[in-house]
Amino acid sequence: MRVPQDTLSRLHSCIDDETAEETGSDVVLGVTELRKSYPEVVAVERVSFEVRRREVLGLLGPNGAGKTTTINMILGVLSPTSGRIRIAGIDLARHRARALARANFSAVYASLPGNLTVRQNLTFFGLVYGIQHLAERVGVLIEQFDLERLKDVKCGVLSSGEQTRVALAKAALNRPRLLLLDEPTASLDPSAAQTVRSRIRRLATEGDCGILWTSHNMYEVEEVCDRVLFLSHGRVLLEGDPRRLPSQHGASTLEELFIRLAREPLGESPEQAV
Amino acid sequence: MRARPIAGILLRQFYLIRGSPVRALPMFAWVAIDIVMWGFITRYLNTMSAGRFNYVPTLLGAVLLWDFFTRIMQGVSTAFLEDVWSRNFLNLFATPLTTPEYITGLVLTSIGTSAVGLLVMLVLASAAFGLSFFSLGLMLIPFLLVLFGFGIALGIFASALVLRLGPASEWLVWPMPALLSPFVGVFYPLSTLPHWMRGVGLLLPPSYVFQGMRAILAGQPPSAGNLALAAALALLDVVLAGYFFARVFRYALRTGLLARYSAESVS
Repeated sequence: MRVPQDTLSRLHSCIDDETAEETGSDVVLGVTELRKSYPEVVAVERVSFEVRRREVLGLLGPNGAGKTTTINMILGVLSPTSGRIRIAGIDLARHRARALARANFSAVYASLPGNLTVRQNLTFFGLVYGIQHLAERVGVLIEQFDLERLKDVKCGVLSSGEQTRVALAKAALNRPRLLLLDEPTASLDPSAAQTVRSRIRRLATEGDCGILWTSHNMYEVEEVCDRVLFLSHGRVLLEGDPRRLPSQHGASTLEELFIRLAREPLGESPEQAV
Repeated sequence: MRARPIAGILLRQFYLIRGSPVRALPMFAWVAIDIVMWGFITRYLNTMSAGRFNYVPTLLGAVLLWDFFTRIMQGVSTAFLEDVWSRNFLNLFATPLTTPEYITGLVLTSIGTSAVGLLVMLVLASAAFGLSFFSLGLMLIPFLLVLFGFGIALGIFASALVLRLGPASEWLVWPMPALLSPFVGVFYPLSTLPHWMRGVGLLLPPSYVFQGMRAILAGQPPSAGNLALAAALALLDVVLAGYFFARVFRYALRTGLLARYSAESVS
């Protein structure tokens, strides 16, 4: 009896998914040949990268480079035109709920419902993520993110810094293997931003997750990220260590390199620095 | 489908209603006003007819059933609109929540809120105006179930419409029941309508409910065949509405509508 080829490949893929999770692979995010096109524009063109456990990968690029489009595809709120996304070894297109149960995110443009209190928001999202022993977990996060004083305050009246802390607590609810942070410190003063950075860094080093981070603050990127990807016009132009990349490309700082790349892309085809 | 995410959707709506009198009030205020107004109208009409015809069960009963249907429909769409108003789509749909779980949560919310409205209407209509729903007997149960099914279907359809057309289209949602009411013969037999309107009415499950209600009040047995047809139509409408929502959701994923959902990004 012959088994159809597509059934076989689906079966193999399912086995791959299970195996990757069970063996605790180091890769928490695998993006392969990701592409998103609209009738008038190609937003992301054949982007491939990986995020490993306990690694902070910075996704850099000018406005409109395709960073948020990439993040939205990884979050499952935007379908790719082609390509593959695997979260903790699980194929997002085929096992959306299982894959997203292992990820979480925080973005400056996605604030939590302002008409619920901090505790209500954490409880609501905790149920949606299917967290066990939820009350206990919410209590731990309230303490960990210094929200005790604010737990019964509606999120809509919190300051930017406080809202960021709540969003990060929400992002840590399900102990994600993959954490996506889209400009998490964008609206914070330097002191609050420093606190948030150290909290996030701790999530990666003490926990078991990998982090994909976007920021326009190059000093922050140098401080936090282990590796960066530079996107421009939907393509990966550069990849490497943010502390070594500037000297490798004749720039004195990462910011100078960013500005140069944003204005003058290195070439038509992506160049890999490492 | 998993119970915890559904419970999450339900709990969120409970938090919102508990924390805001503005949300709690419409659950019973508008239906109470309707019952009081139509109660006095029927009382006046009874005086005019000098006891020859009792308008209470015909008119007030119809108002009560129609308001129940409206509450069910708006219960689903209002719960959905809460996520539109708080711009919560990105937070919500970047989770393991599936669309069937989400819709089930909205439907359960609607059952809760409309049950409160139904109770208030029943108490008010019977205590203040002497409406006895026992006159409809056990037939009240299938009547309510058909209206419930169609209300759910219309609520899901309206939510899909708002998802597709953008937040400003919520103004299309509110008048939907009023738009349908002339076709389903809430207060009059379908035979009163012109031919084309009757044709539309026959496709709508509530038409058979009001037809059956009038038959019972006239001392005739309601048509079991018509009731079965109404139930089948209501079920079909729920399936079609669910399919429509799923199609719109997939479209929103493909085009980026979901990721950038706001009044400004949707034309």
